[in-house]
Amino acid sequence: MRVGRGLVGAVAAVLGAAVAVGCAPVQSKPVGGAANSPDHATGTLRVWLFDEANRAPKEAVVREAAAEFESAHPGVRVDVQYVQVDSRAERFKAAFNDPRSAPDVAEFGNTDLAGYVAAGGFADLGADLASWTEARDLTPSVLDTARVDGKTYATPWYVGVRALYYRTDVFEELGLRPPRSAAELVETARRIRERRPDLYGISVGGKYTYAMLPFLWSAGGDLARRDGANWVSTVDQEPARAGISRYAELLRDDVCPPAQCAQMTGSSSVQAFAAGKAAMTVGGDFNRKAVDAGVAAGKYAVVPLPGEREGSVAPAFAGGNLLGVLRGTERRTLAVAFTKLLAGKKYQRKMFEAMGNLPTFTDLQREVAEGQPFQRPFVDTLAAGTRFVPATPAWAKIDAQAVLPTAVQEIATGAKTAPEATRAAAERMNAAFRS
Amino acid sequence: MSAGDGMTTTRRGDALAAARYLAPAALVLVGLLGYPMYQLVLISFYDYGQEQASAGAPLTFIGFDNYQRLFSEPQFWGVLGQTVAFAAACVAGTLLVGGALAVLASRVRAVPRTLLFLAALGAWATPAVAGSTVWLFLFDADLGLVNEVLVGLGIHDMAGYSWTYDKLVAFALVAGEVIWCSFPFVMVTLYAGIRAIPAEVLEAATLDGASTWRATRSVVLPLLRPLIAVATIQSIIWDFKLFTQIYVMTGGGGVAGQNLVLNVYAYQQAFAASDYGLGSAIGVVMTVVLLVVTLFYLRALRRRGEELA
Repeated sequence: MRVGRGLVGAVAAVLGAAVAVGCAPVQSKPVGGAANSPDHATGTLRVWLFDEANRAPKEAVVREAAAEFESAHPGVRVDVQYVQVDSRAERFKAAFNDPRSAPDVAEFGNTDLAGYVAAGGFADLGADLASWTEARDLTPSVLDTARVDGKTYATPWYVGVRALYYRTDVFEELGLRPPRSAAELVETARRIRERRPDLYGISVGGKYTYAMLPFLWSAGGDLARRDGANWVSTVDQEPARAGISRYAELLRDDVCPPAQCAQMTGSSSVQAFAAGKAAMTVGGDFNRKAVDAGVAAGKYAVVPLPGEREGSVAPAFAGGNLLGVLRGTERRTLAVAFTKLLAGKKYQRKMFEAMGNLPTFTDLQREVAEGQPFQRPFVDTLAAGTRFVPATPAWAKIDAQAVLPTAVQEIATGAKTAPEATRAAAERMNAAFRS
Repeated sequence: MSAGDGMTTTRRGDALAAARYLAPAALVLVGLLGYPMYQLVLISFYDYGQEQASAGAPLTFIGFDNYQRLFSEPQFWGVLGQTVAFAAACVAGTLLVGGALAVLASRVRAVPRTLLFLAALGAWATPAVAGSTVWLFLFDADLGLVNEVLVGLGIHDMAGYSWTYDKLVAFALVAGEVIWCSFPFVMVTLYAGIRAIPAEVLEAATLDGASTWRATRSVVLPLLRPLIAVATIQSIIWDFKLFTQIYVMTGGGGVAGQNLVLNVYAYQQAFAASDYGLGSAIGVVMTVVLLVVTLFYLRALRRRGEELA
């Protein structure tokens, strides 16, 4: 008993000491800004790039760029690390929390930017881009994806947009033409499944938000609007709701049955098309290899995803990756120079040849579309104008909480009506915007 | 110096020695359990997101706001309810299957017993992610073995049947996987217990004319009770904190989040969304629920005159 009491006393004392030492949760030291950190001209420049399924060609191009940079800057070594996309959140959080383990230059997805900027992770590159002649040719809507509150925090490295893949053999067999409007797309998909019940009319999924957004935008809706310093969700307003409902029409037994499709993501949708189980899908230029590896290879074509209006192109989501310079870097000048080199026209062209990554310079896009007809629908989609998600850290939260997929799934399964589901989604978005 | 004083001194000396011996363990426990718990509780009282963690924004103490937000969220109560029900089903299933197979193992010959143990250990040793993925393959709507066999048996409705679409079917499928990978622990524990029961005791019961059922109920089960208690508490703790199986098999919580359990909910709503304050609040709630359940269970045992050895 006595021993017990003594122990309790000891534990209480230790806990008490802990409380006395610090009464607040742990926080890392503030990251040094450009003003007080050094700017070394030599040493090791640490670069983080994303690992990819087939990394060798990317690695070869990057190694070439690093060699060119090292020979132009004596005494500098470029140390490239490949980060897993799946664990990027943890890696970047750790890098921001402990600047000593952080890179100087990093590749990251443009939807992650707002969150990283709010965490104080990346340096403002506005002035550096303004003095860079090549930057004038960057596609404006793509450069917008590197901006938060009017400041530019990165330079776009490549862009990815989605378009409509369709099976030419099936369309020929059934005497169909590629749809020219969103309504015709739904109609065509239905007709295919009616006559070929072994196929999904179009494979899209409840979790494939980037396939749903073009429907929402093309109906005249948007995800949110700016209201002073705040954002307010608009997904429950008529145009957006109509667009979401249009997309949900595809997740029906007569097109893509919810039992199979409600849980499909972008990659499983493309996978179903590649495996020959669907007559159409929404896929990116970056999905081409996956499709060519399946039975659909050689039997498909791509057109821009049609919009609401006959003959129009639905605004695509401008996905893609950026290259940025970390705010805590001790080699800012070198880091900016390497970013300009790797994200410049010369290496973007090489990256296109190696990986098929679409360039972010308008003139370069046109050039590659001429050489490779496969790229034309994607470049046309880019030219028709792309859109982006709200540039706020709240978007990462809305995405993690699966707010939009839940709404689409609720409508598709009939758990909620479109007005109910979108109202609930708007409420959850607004809660994320406010927090 | 009287004898009494001597006693007290000795006892005090004993206590001091005992405290010294226990100090290293206490230090490790405080370091590894106490401090994280302390941080967890503390963070749950703050507005603590990624910006706060990396010092991009100041810390704000918000009292019970995180808890209030959580408790006013109808989805939280729904998820809490289905977590309790799902964990209860998994615990019951694990104990039943594990217990039944332990009895079976104690009654069969060495070769079938070895095979049974090998199979069980295989299931036990399979990592949760791998096990869940293999189960998903088996139950795949289009290419899964299970649907193929069922169709082969003449049940044509099962062609292309999705096992993860209906809420209850999906929960049942996950429960099956959970029981599959956690019954071996119960089986091994109870088997050891059954083997430790002296043969004379059972023989005496038989001589007194007790049937097998009577002997099991009146002799074997009471002797096994402490072990069953340990296995039950372990299972409750494991199954209440389930994450991997639900996350992998229902694709992060099922269609429109219908298969969420508390841990996946905390991950999706709070940790993946960098809302660590809210996530910590969910963690605290989970800890409290688990403590309460376990304490009630222990008290119920004690009331029946059983002490956890």
